[in-house]
Amino acid sequence: MKKLLILGAGTAGTMMLNKMESVLDKEEWDITIVDQYETHYYQPGFLFIPFGIYNRRDVIKPKRDFFPPGVNVIFSKIDLIEADKNQVLLDGGKVLSYDILLVATGTKINPGETDGMEEGGWHKNIFDFYTVEGAVALQQFLKYWEGGKMVLNIVEMPIKCPVAPLEFVFLADWWFTEQGIRDKVDIEFVTPLPGAFTKPKASKVFGEFLNKKGISLTPEFSTGRVDWENNKLVSWDETSIDYDLLITIPTNMGDDLIARSGLGDELNFIPTDKFTLQSQANDNIFVIGDATNLPSSKAGSVAHFQADILQDNLLSYIDGKPLRGKFDGHANCYIESGFGKGILIDFNYDTEPLPGKFPLPGVGPFSLLEETRMNHYGKMMFRWMYWNLLLKGAELPIESHMLMAGKRA
Amino acid sequence: MTTKELAGITVDVDAEGFLTDHKIWNLDLAAAIAQEEGIDPLTDRHVEVLNFMRKEFEENGTAPSIRKMNKLNVVPTKELYALFPGGPAKKAAKIAGLGKPQGCI
Repeated sequence: MKKLLILGAGTAGTMMLNKMESVLDKEEWDITIVDQYETHYYQPGFLFIPFGIYNRRDVIKPKRDFFPPGVNVIFSKIDLIEADKNQVLLDGGKVLSYDILLVATGTKINPGETDGMEEGGWHKNIFDFYTVEGAVALQQFLKYWEGGKMVLNIVEMPIKCPVAPLEFVFLADWWFTEQGIRDKVDIEFVTPLPGAFTKPKASKVFGEFLNKKGISLTPEFSTGRVDWENNKLVSWDETSIDYDLLITIPTNMGDDLIARSGLGDELNFIPTDKFTLQSQANDNIFVIGDATNLPSSKAGSVAHFQADILQDNLLSYIDGKPLRGKFDGHANCYIESGFGKGILIDFNYDTEPLPGKFPLPGVGPFSLLEETRMNHYGKMMFRWMYWNLLLKGAELPIESHMLMAGKRA
Repeated sequence: MTTKELAGITVDVDAEGFLTDHKIWNLDLAAAIAQEEGIDPLTDRHVEVLNFMRKEFEENGTAPSIRKMNKLNVVPTKELYALFPGGPAKKAAKIAGLGKPQGCI
C-alpha cells in the first residue's frame, strides 16, 4: 500500500482529504490525516463574535463530522517532519511513513513576537479576534465599554484574511452607532501598508469608505512594541499612538513544527511553487493554504481554489507525469461593511480587485468593489456553504481560475 | 521607464526611482541614491547591510525581509529603522539597487 499523509485538518487539510479520498483507489492507497485538535472552527465567523452576532457555538463543529469513512484519523501533536526519511514523528514516538506528504498546518497569531503585547494589557484592553478566545473576551469587554479611543493595528504582513481588519472597523462603526455611543468613540486604523489595502484600486475604494465612516487611517506605521502600562502603540522609529482599546492583528507565523523540521522561512512558511503547490525542497511534499509562502491571500477561498488545482497535480504526480495544474492566485472575498451591507472583491496574482459585476450561476450577479445588501447576504450564506459543501470537497458554482467576465478594467 | 543622472552617469530607473538593472550598482550609485533619500553619508554599517541584501538577492531572487535580517543577526530591526529612517524595507532595497520589494497580501 502507498501512503498519503495529510498534516492539519483545518479548512485546507479537510478539503484535500475529501477530494483525494474520492479519487484514490482504496486498494492502492492508504490515507491518513493528523491534527492535534478535535474541534473545527469556522474562522470567518470570529469577526462577528465581538459584536454578539455570533457566539462560540455558532462557529464550532467536531472535525470528525467532515471526515469521509475509510480514512485513518489521528488526533495527536506532531513532533517532526523528517523529509529526508519520508516520515513524520508524532508526540510519544509513533512514526508515520509516507509516499506523499501534504502539509496544511496553517498559520496562527504570535502576539509574543511584539514586546509588551501579551503582557499586562492582554485581553484586558488589548484583544485579538483571530482566536475564538480573543473574540469571546472582546465581546465581553465591548458589552460594557463606554467609549474612548479604539485603535486597530496590523503588526506586519502577511496576515490571514487581509480584509478582516477592515471589516472589523466597518462593523465597529455600525455597532457603536447601534449602541448609541458612536460619538464617544474614536476609531483609528493603523497599518504598515501605504494605504487601507495592498492593491491600489481597492486601497483607494477602502480608503474612501474609512473616510466616509469617520475612521482615521494611519498608514506606514510599523509596530515595534506596545507600552501597555501607558496605553501606547510605539513604532520602530519611536512615534507613538495612544489607545484606550487596542484591537491587534499580531504577527502571523506558520506552525512551530515547520521551524523544528527545518522546512520554513523566517515566518515558518514553507517555500512552495506558486503555481503547482509542490514544495521547493522536496518533490513528494505538497503544501496548501496558509502554510505556504505564496504571494496570495491567506484565506479559505484561496485554499478552496488551490484544492482543485492540487487534486489534479497530486494525480499527475502519482502517474509520474508533469504537474499541469497552475494556481493563479485567485481570491474571492466578501467584506462586511456594516449596516447590513457588504463589498465583494475577486482577484489573482496578476489582476488586482476591479469594479464591475461578479456572475454566480443561480444566485448572482454580485457587485464588485461596491457596497450592496446582496453582498452581505453572500457573506452570511457562506457559512452554510462552508459547512455543507466546501469542507466536504463538493463542487461550488465558482471557477478555480479567476475570470474577467463582468469586470471593468 | 525613465533615465536619470546619478553619480555622473545616466541610469535607467522605474517610476519610483528604483534602478531597473541591479547589475550596474556600485557604491557611488548607492551613495547618490542614499543622498536623495536623505541618508548622508553612507556609513560602513549601511554598506554592510546593503551587501548582505545584494547577496541574498543574487541567491534567492528577492531581497531579504527585515525579520530575516534580524533573525540572522545581520542587523537588529531597531537599528535598521535608525539606519534607514521611514521605511527600511523599501529604502534599503532602493539604495542597494534592487527592485521595489513586493507588497504581500
